[in-house]
Amino acid sequence: MGMEGIGARVARKEDKRFLTGKGRYTDDMVVPGMKYAYFVRSPHAHAKITGINVSAAKAMPGVIDVLDGKQLQADGIGNLICGWMIHSKDGSPMKMGAWRPLAVDTVRYVGDAVAIVVANSVAEARDAAEVVTVDYEELPAVITSVAALEAGAPQIHPEAPGNLIFDWQIGDGAATDKAIAEAAHVTEIEILNNRLSPNPMEPRAALGVYDEAEDHYTCYTTSQNPHVARLVMSAFYNVAPENKLRVIAPDVGGGFGSKIYIYPEEIVCLWASKKTGVPVKWTSDRTEAFLTDAHGRDHVSKVKMAFDKDHRIIGLKVDTIANLGAYMSLFSSAVPTYLYATLLSGQYAIPAIHANVRTVYTNTVPVDAYRGAGRPEATYLLERTMEVAARELGVSPAELRRKNFIRSFPYQTPVIMNYDAGDYEASLSAAMSAADWDGFAARRAEAEGRGKKRGIGMSCYIEACGIAPSQAVGSLGAGVGLWESAEVRVNAVGTIEVLTGSHSHGQGHETTFAQLVADRLGVPLASVNIVHGDTDKVQMGMGTYGSRSGAVGMSAIVKALDKVEMKAKKIAAHLMEADESDIVIENGALKVAGTDKTLPWFQMALAAYTAHNLPAGMEPGLKETAFYDPSNFTFPAGCYIAEVEIDPDTGKTEIIQFVAADDFGNIINPMIVEGQVHGGLAQGIGQALLEEVRYDETSGQLLTASYMDYAMPRADDLPSFKLSHQNTPCPSNPLGIKGCGEAGAIGSPPALINAITDAIGVEITMPATPLKVWQALQAAQPRMAAE
Amino acid sequence: MAKVTLTVNGRTMSGECDDRTLLVHFIRDKLGLTGTHVGCDTTQCGACVVHMDGKSVKSCSILAVQAAGSSVTTIEGIASQGELHPVQAAFNQHHGLQCGFCTPGMVMTAVDMINRHGGQLDEVTVRHELEGNICRCTGYHNIVKAVLSANEEMHGASRQAAE
Repeated sequence: MGMEGIGARVARKEDKRFLTGKGRYTDDMVVPGMKYAYFVRSPHAHAKITGINVSAAKAMPGVIDVLDGKQLQADGIGNLICGWMIHSKDGSPMKMGAWRPLAVDTVRYVGDAVAIVVANSVAEARDAAEVVTVDYEELPAVITSVAALEAGAPQIHPEAPGNLIFDWQIGDGAATDKAIAEAAHVTEIEILNNRLSPNPMEPRAALGVYDEAEDHYTCYTTSQNPHVARLVMSAFYNVAPENKLRVIAPDVGGGFGSKIYIYPEEIVCLWASKKTGVPVKWTSDRTEAFLTDAHGRDHVSKVKMAFDKDHRIIGLKVDTIANLGAYMSLFSSAVPTYLYATLLSGQYAIPAIHANVRTVYTNTVPVDAYRGAGRPEATYLLERTMEVAARELGVSPAELRRKNFIRSFPYQTPVIMNYDAGDYEASLSAAMSAADWDGFAARRAEAEGRGKKRGIGMSCYIEACGIAPSQAVGSLGAGVGLWESAEVRVNAVGTIEVLTGSHSHGQGHETTFAQLVADRLGVPLASVNIVHGDTDKVQMGMGTYGSRSGAVGMSAIVKALDKVEMKAKKIAAHLMEADESDIVIENGALKVAGTDKTLPWFQMALAAYTAHNLPAGMEPGLKETAFYDPSNFTFPAGCYIAEVEIDPDTGKTEIIQFVAADDFGNIINPMIVEGQVHGGLAQGIGQALLEEVRYDETSGQLLTASYMDYAMPRADDLPSFKLSHQNTPCPSNPLGIKGCGEAGAIGSPPALINAITDAIGVEITMPATPLKVWQALQAAQPRMAAE
Repeated sequence: MAKVTLTVNGRTMSGECDDRTLLVHFIRDKLGLTGTHVGCDTTQCGACVVHMDGKSVKSCSILAVQAAGSSVTTIEGIASQGELHPVQAAFNQHHGLQCGFCTPGMVMTAVDMINRHGGQLDEVTVRHELEGNICRCTGYHNIVKAVLSANEEMHGASRQAAE
């Protein structure tokens, strides 16, 4: 590796603009004549709309227009869609209810958009929105997934009787039942995975600009995948054909999944721009973000894990109910199925697995992928079950895991996945040694002397990144392919632009992708620029989610670089009168191996563009394109250990140490990878200790709709983390990369809860708030003081 | 409507705004300095932190008219002649930012924190002081590292000189 190439801890190229206030986010965009939007939203969880009166609002100062769902429908704007078809076990397709960008006759959650006000300022738009009169006939609401399935529950969509969207299964039910019947021990547990709000710090925003002369739309939006947004808005929502719609996702302030989806607001802003003749900008406030950004998790599961007399797992049976909220968001159906149940083998050789998943509608915000998307739910379920099993069997948690580890690869699980590489023992050992696991007993005794309860817990996770290949996901119901594209342009002066279909919203692509090019061509990092996020500049690409930018996006760049290198060598061989096979690229020059003949990179590039002396028949220029479709998922894995100390008087959990040992395969920039792990850990620890979306279960009002009610992890809630990396290179892509974006959020919740339950000796659900821990302790030690 | 005149990053600036306009919106929309961000509605996230007359304030909790006549420094005003402020440089060196959205507020808070503590900063203090700034990307690990490193850079030299 060079100083700037693969493996180097290069400081980020993109930082300067963010550090000096020169980042360009959607809300920073100003276009001539721009006006501001505010959405009128349902205050009810479930209601019929019997009338909308906008006349008073239209007369308010500064108001340009007020538009509602009937007008939108009349203009032929389509309904929002879910892009992944799942069939129930009886063969019937999932029951998708209509989701209109602006509700027409029924609202189904608090925050459902009803009308848009366009005015000269945000303040005026908001004032006017307050006097839009919507007549509602309230209907009973249902909030929890379990209640939604009960007989007599309020019906949310006519298309989905009993609120059941699909009833799906995977694995071998009969073999699993047999294993459970013959088991020496069966661990049974109920698992709740709490509902979360992703909360990227930049609220969503959209700026729709309609150009009447060209009949052309431009949409600036906070998207993780602008090309997918353009495709969906063209093909399904009838906003405009793709050649008449440009989508720009400039700097985007975090996503964590929540900015994958195409939401009503960007569609409505584009349409409203044409309707009103002015550019229309909408920026979410934080309460709107809580009310409308897709939530994550919200699973209720029953688990049976069967062991033989030697403590080997012989079967796993899972029954899950997943709450999908009021409408099916873009990839909502894939999360509790193919991104969840296919990971239920974890790091273990389990001969028989069966999972049944029912998804339901409720009167809550739509639920979709949030950092990890299905894999955190699978990992939490499995690693909590392993922990409880170890306690029931009276063996150490490490020993039980070791006994069941998969140790030879490739390994075909009973739930589709084919693990290509891994060394689970290596991560477990590294984590236990970093955490000084063996010294824990002494530390616990010392804490006990101070009246504190110490606990230690581990979690061995596996996840699947770079979801692929396209043909396979297509056969499972995906409406899109999951390849990635890249274009490498070598300019006449030798500098390089890489245009990528991946999108960076914090991941540091402008640095890591440039490191790859610098490593490969020996050019300085400063001469490589990464271009992304604009459908007019970059060819079709699939965007960034599921840790796919390294494994899939960079692999596409590698393929394009292969082609660039081949042509560059041909030109160099021609100019130096050498054989093409003797040309090597070193330190920014093309050299004839074994001689002192050398051609600087820029001279080769210049020759490509002057085209005065190229090999016979060669096209001028040096620019290559590639589309890369992976052959398999990648499988990052690792072991996390949490050590906690609990104050029994207050129930407060203090994290004494948190150790992460991850195998991400090869790493381009360790500093950036560590940053991804830190952030993932914070979100996972947030889920375990602090965060939960709460609704009033009668009224359906969102109770956690601001940072005063939803507990975001803050600096003093978290420790500094101890990280290490193991490396079994991924054989399924040219760089050997597995992906690191979600691991932290996947592996940490069970480690924390295993540590807390170890400390207090009783089971507890997430988030383990001080109140909950204190109550659990009181229940476990009844009336000691009274005796 | 009110006319507000104040000094921003050393330059006198004026703009017309509603009486109800918050300082953060005045800075962003009227003065075109979009480095100061809005991340919440409840003065919790700290993305909007600026310095007003030498003190760090959340510009979402002050009316623009209240800031009239004051001297405000925003994230755009702390680097000098193209040279990053030591806190900015430390955030870059230690990867203390990812998506960059909370970063301006974090940097402004950190500068104020380091100034106030006169070099006496440790991890516990930094984490406590950062309570009013939310970051969703970094898990704070590298932000804490960057603040401590900048503190050393800014005060280490003067401590050595005093010895």
